[in-house]
Amino acid sequence: MRYSGLKVFLNGLTGNRGWAPVWRDPAPKDHYDVIIIGGGGHGLATAYYLAREHGITNVAVLEKGAIGSGNVGRNTTVVRANYMLEGNVEFYSHSLKLWQNLSAELNYNVMLSRRGCILLAHSDGQLDALARRGNMNLMQGDGAELWDGATLRRHIPYLNFDDPRFPLKGGLMQWEAGTARHDAVAWGYARAADRLGVDLIQNCEVTGFRITQGRVTGVDTTRGHIGAGKVGMAVAGRSSQVAAMAGLRLPIESHVLQAFVTEGLKPVIDTVISFGMGHFYISQSDKGGLVFGGDIDGYNSYAQRGNLPIVEHVAEAGMALMPMIGRARMLRSWGGIMDMTMDGSPIIDRTPIDGLFFNGGWCYGGFKAVPGGGHVFAHLIATGKLHPAATKFRLDRFARGAVIDEEATGATPNLH
Amino acid sequence: MKLACPLCGARDIREFHYQGAASLADRPDPGAPEARQEFLDYVYMRDNPAGENRELWFHAHGCGAWLVATRDVTTHEFLSVRLATDKEPTT
Ligand SMILES: Cc1cc2nc3c(=O)[nH]c(=O)nc-3n(C[C@H](O)[C@H](O)[C@H](O)COP(=O)(O)OP(=O)(O)OC[C@H]3O[C@@H](n4cnc5c(N)ncnc54)[C@H](O)[C@@H]3O)c2cc1C
Ligand SMILES: [Zn+2]
Repeated sequence: MRYSGLKVFLNGLTGNRGWAPVWRDPAPKDHYDVIIIGGGGHGLATAYYLAREHGITNVAVLEKGAIGSGNVGRNTTVVRANYMLEGNVEFYSHSLKLWQNLSAELNYNVMLSRRGCILLAHSDGQLDALARRGNMNLMQGDGAELWDGATLRRHIPYLNFDDPRFPLKGGLMQWEAGTARHDAVAWGYARAADRLGVDLIQNCEVTGFRITQGRVTGVDTTRGHIGAGKVGMAVAGRSSQVAAMAGLRLPIESHVLQAFVTEGLKPVIDTVISFGMGHFYISQSDKGGLVFGGDIDGYNSYAQRGNLPIVEHVAEAGMALMPMIGRARMLRSWGGIMDMTMDGSPIIDRTPIDGLFFNGGWCYGGFKAVPGGGHVFAHLIATGKLHPAATKFRLDRFARGAVIDEEATGATPNLH
Repeated sequence: MKLACPLCGARDIREFHYQGAASLADRPDPGAPEARQEFLDYVYMRDNPAGENRELWFHAHGCGAWLVATRDVTTHEFLSVRLATDKEPTT
């Protein structure tokens, strides 16, 4: 069924009885040309682009739980392309361009809202560093506007400008950035992939790989053995666990990141604000809730929930930046488990096992990367070649000293 | 979350700095023939188990001791802790 405004209107008049299930619930076949492990944003987008761009439709996405129950449905929905280093800039630019027409392409409203994203500066040196970053973005054709303190004050007057420790000197605005509805991204890609013939198989956990003479031939799952010509991993947060089943050891630690939302308020924050010094960022959802987050908890975790020190720290940082939010009541907090890589940047590459491909290490930033990550990963799986927008996310970059370390903190995943 | 420092007793986790896998205390021999590969593994590769993890904690805002703790990373519960300088676990 194609969705349209008219359908919504007519179904509204007839008690919404006209909607059909959005995707099939097929039993796994014996063999697929390509199996994607993980029904999160990246896995679903990869399957969609395999079918759509490369005509490979004999594809299954194996998801251990329900589609979208992982980080794709737990993130704070910020979409932006204001990274600084080569490797990242061209990739996130590619992804941001794919976001542009995503709703129309998928016939599913992902509610992309280009409300901008501002990175704040607290010193002249930081403003210079942001200018350099902005130039990197402009060279990619992405937006970047350097704001001085007065411009910042005009646009976002409610910030705490004269904090003695972190006074606000300006910032870097990217108007093309914003937010999107995270669940809709998962559901939109799932529905579009299903319509192109991809089998979405839920409650199907991969428990092992079949590897013959260095080549992957299939996977073992809780729903039996499934053969495959090629296999792609996209299991964000579980990458080390799944890769270990294929005998691989990765430059990754799993960490928990928390996020928070307040009760619904009238519109007050009309952009995404990122306060680097306090490790705090915030936006307002369409329902009115203030959605915000900060640092990872800082120690390895697979618990999918964080601890109170970070709750306190994030609240303090929020109060330091915009004291007005102190009156809002926090409704919920939650956590998600993420792959933190040794340099804070993702990995999209072949593995030493023929036919086995890897997409992971998204750290806390892989939601914005869903269209781009799926697109370049499908390209890699289909053609065997790296996509030009993602040539530097190699597994061997650590051995070559070619790390992509935006935070410049070295091999310390808890600090990226 | 509290960590029981063998010298100071159970203290708030905020007093400690997390350094990562306990294997970081075993620096490879730079003169060994396989030193390049060993250092690569040492610096960048991790087991990252979803269960018991052996890790290094530093009592930064306390006695300044380095500790080796075993923690269940699926529940955050500390299972044992000892001074990094002790050969055998003390708890
Ligand atoms: C609190 C929080 C806030 C965030 N905020 C942002 C943000 O504002 N902007 C941004 O860009 N990014 C953000 N991120 C990061 C982003 O959510 C992730 O990087 C991204 O969603 C990861 O890719 P994914 O969607 O494919 O992962 P997931 O949705 O986690 O998909 C992986 C899937 O693999 C499945 N799986 C695992 N093991 C197996 C197995 N053995 N067999 C079968 N299936 C398996 C899992 O069940 C899961 O569904 C945030 C993350 C968190 C936790
Ligand atoms: Zn102590």
